Amino acid sequence: MSSRYKYFEAIEKHAWLLGILTAIFLSFGGLAEVLPLFVAANKVEAPEDVEPYDPLRLAGFETYVQNGCYVCHSQMIRHLGFETARYGQHSTAEESVYDRPMQWGSKRTGPDLARVGGKYTDEWHREHLKDPRSVVPSSNMPRYNWLEDKDIDAKRLQGSMRAMQRLGAPYTDEDIEQAAKAVEGKTQMDALIAYLQGLGIKNTPKSNPKAKEVPAS
Amino acid sequence: MQTQETYNDHVVRLFLLASVVWGLIGMSVGVFIAAELYWPNIDLNFPALTFSRLRPDHTFGVIFAFGGSALMGTCFYVVQRTGHVRLAYSKLAEFVFWGWQLSCVLSMLTMPFGLTQGKEYAEPEWWIDILIAIVWVAFAVVFFATLARRRIRHIYVANWYYGAFIIAVGMMHVVNNLALPVAMTRSVPIYSGVVDAMVQWWYGHNAVAFILTAGFLGMMYYFVPRQAQRPLWSYRFSIINFWALISVYMWAGAHHLMYTALPDWVQSVGMAFSLILVMPSWGSSANGLLTFNGVWHKLKDDAAAKFMVLSLIFYGAATMEGSIMAVKTVNTLSHYTEWTVAHVHSGSLGWVAMITIGSLYAMAPRVLGQEIHSKKAMEAHFWLHLCGTLIYVIAMWSAGIIQGLMWREIDADGSLVYSFLASFETIKPFFALRWFGGCLVLTGMVLMAWNLWHTASRARRETLEPIPVPTSDPVYGEVETQASPN
Repeated sequence: MSSRYKYFEAIEKHAWLLGILTAIFLSFGGLAEVLPLFVAANKVEAPEDVEPYDPLRLAGFETYVQNGCYVCHSQMIRHLGFETARYGQHSTAEESVYDRPMQWGSKRTGPDLARVGGKYTDEWHREHLKDPRSVVPSSNMPRYNWLEDKDIDAKRLQGSMRAMQRLGAPYTDEDIEQAAKAVEGKTQMDALIAYLQGLGIKNTPKSNPKAKEVPAS
Repeated sequence: MQTQETYNDHVVRLFLLASVVWGLIGMSVGVFIAAELYWPNIDLNFPALTFSRLRPDHTFGVIFAFGGSALMGTCFYVVQRTGHVRLAYSKLAEFVFWGWQLSCVLSMLTMPFGLTQGKEYAEPEWWIDILIAIVWVAFAVVFFATLARRRIRHIYVANWYYGAFIIAVGMMHVVNNLALPVAMTRSVPIYSGVVDAMVQWWYGHNAVAFILTAGFLGMMYYFVPRQAQRPLWSYRFSIINFWALISVYMWAGAHHLMYTALPDWVQSVGMAFSLILVMPSWGSSANGLLTFNGVWHKLKDDAAAKFMVLSLIFYGAATMEGSIMAVKTVNTLSHYTEWTVAHVHSGSLGWVAMITIGSLYAMAPRVLGQEIHSKKAMEAHFWLHLCGTLIYVIAMWSAGIIQGLMWREIDADGSLVYSFLASFETIKPFFALRWFGGCLVLTGMVLMAWNLWHTASRARRETLEPIPVPTSDPVYGEVETQASPN
């Protein structure tokens, strides 16, 4: 065995050295890819004409997250011709800047929802969420009719707003205080519909009107 | 006079039992949600049984509960055998077991009721994440303390992989789950939008890398030579592959976000490293397979060896497939489709489940001091598992490629040919086929549970003798003497 091997042998015989070297080698990839994004993230600020979710839509976002909608629906239109032809202009980083966590998704058992806002009426959404097969007979989407019986926890919603405020979302204390009133008497179904109807409209800069053109799918 | 030191196989047996139970639970949930995709009304309109709420129970159940328990159990088994030493801190090891089971039970019981962070593969809420982190630190302490006490100076390569698995998963779990707690049912992640996406897939991809790959490679590097009763084909090669694997894998996560709003350079770096990854992946796969050189006849009547060989073939195939899917052009077709599901399951059912099942069948007779109850049942399990996996994967490949092609079909005037619904209706029959494949795999697992239960009950009747650690003659020998674990 070559004499150089003895340096390597030290790693094979000392657990602490092996552990430390492993940790160092593991860190490179994460540091190289994630750190620059943190720096860049400060530049990805929502344009001035985009506001963070209003209370009802934020409650809808939470309903969307808690029911795992991201398991079957993406919110990320890729920069590809056949994607933009189907769903509208490609998604931009600014559009999800207030999403904690992001809901880009990884799988489309159902269609992309990044620009679903305004495409259907509120009533259509309500019927579809209550019983998808009443509107789309061959659909395999689950029924969410029970969302109509679920109230919005206003205290928790205010807590979320306060946490987001601490993380940089431009909510005023007044916004947070009035949130309870804004969701009073609303169900999680109402909130979810309000959230869906804002997608691709309220989170998209007005300076980007192309994004709002809804192509026929 | 010192009392004879014995291996701590008690905690290994507990993990063995837990992994079989979680395997049954996780895969049953999988079969049920696969059925929901074809017969959507079988959720009985009960919120917690809804597909979207139950799906994390399947992924968490099989990856962390089944895979995690199997990894911890085999890790504790291997680190003792390759170091000729009893596991350090028996009480802490016991805590690792119960703490992990508690984490799994809490996660599985809360996620279907809407307590979720909504981060794929990291759904449990913040307070469960804290528990997981504590258990993980305890796991690391037991493992590294045992390693420090070893009587064999050279650290056998299986432990390298287990060590990397422990360090990496600990790091990723903490970084990915940083959040501001709001209530027991809600926390706000400190990352948003594009940064969250990169952190999420750095985590998600490396959960695959360090749980489903490095951890199980640790298992493979011990149990394959053990079962073949041959030294590893090339010990040096295994170490080259180790450093290559751990340094390259961490870069590859961005291939989950091709053509998205993620900066282009990150996507390209992700793709390049994903291609390089073929090398260490095929290296390990070849190393394991070539270890069987000269003893291929064992495959005739040793079902455990059969599971191992097939797992290595699936590992090679799935990693090659993964690298191909990470090519940007291919990814335009495969992303968001059932092809991803096919890829995941060729890796998880083919590689992860098969190496685990093979290792459990190899380890059980040793920790239970009994021959496996029924060899025929093992054989049947092998064929059920293989057929089920092939049916599942082929169905989802077909569905994914058909779907991907329909989505991109554009006619002469530049408009889309198929609606989304048309693509869905075309692939729907494959969902039934996938469910059937899953049923076969689950049936095999039931057979294994029955088989191990009978093996264990015979062991309990004939009181188990603890196995002494060979301490009389400490070996401070050369690398070569340790190349075959014993």
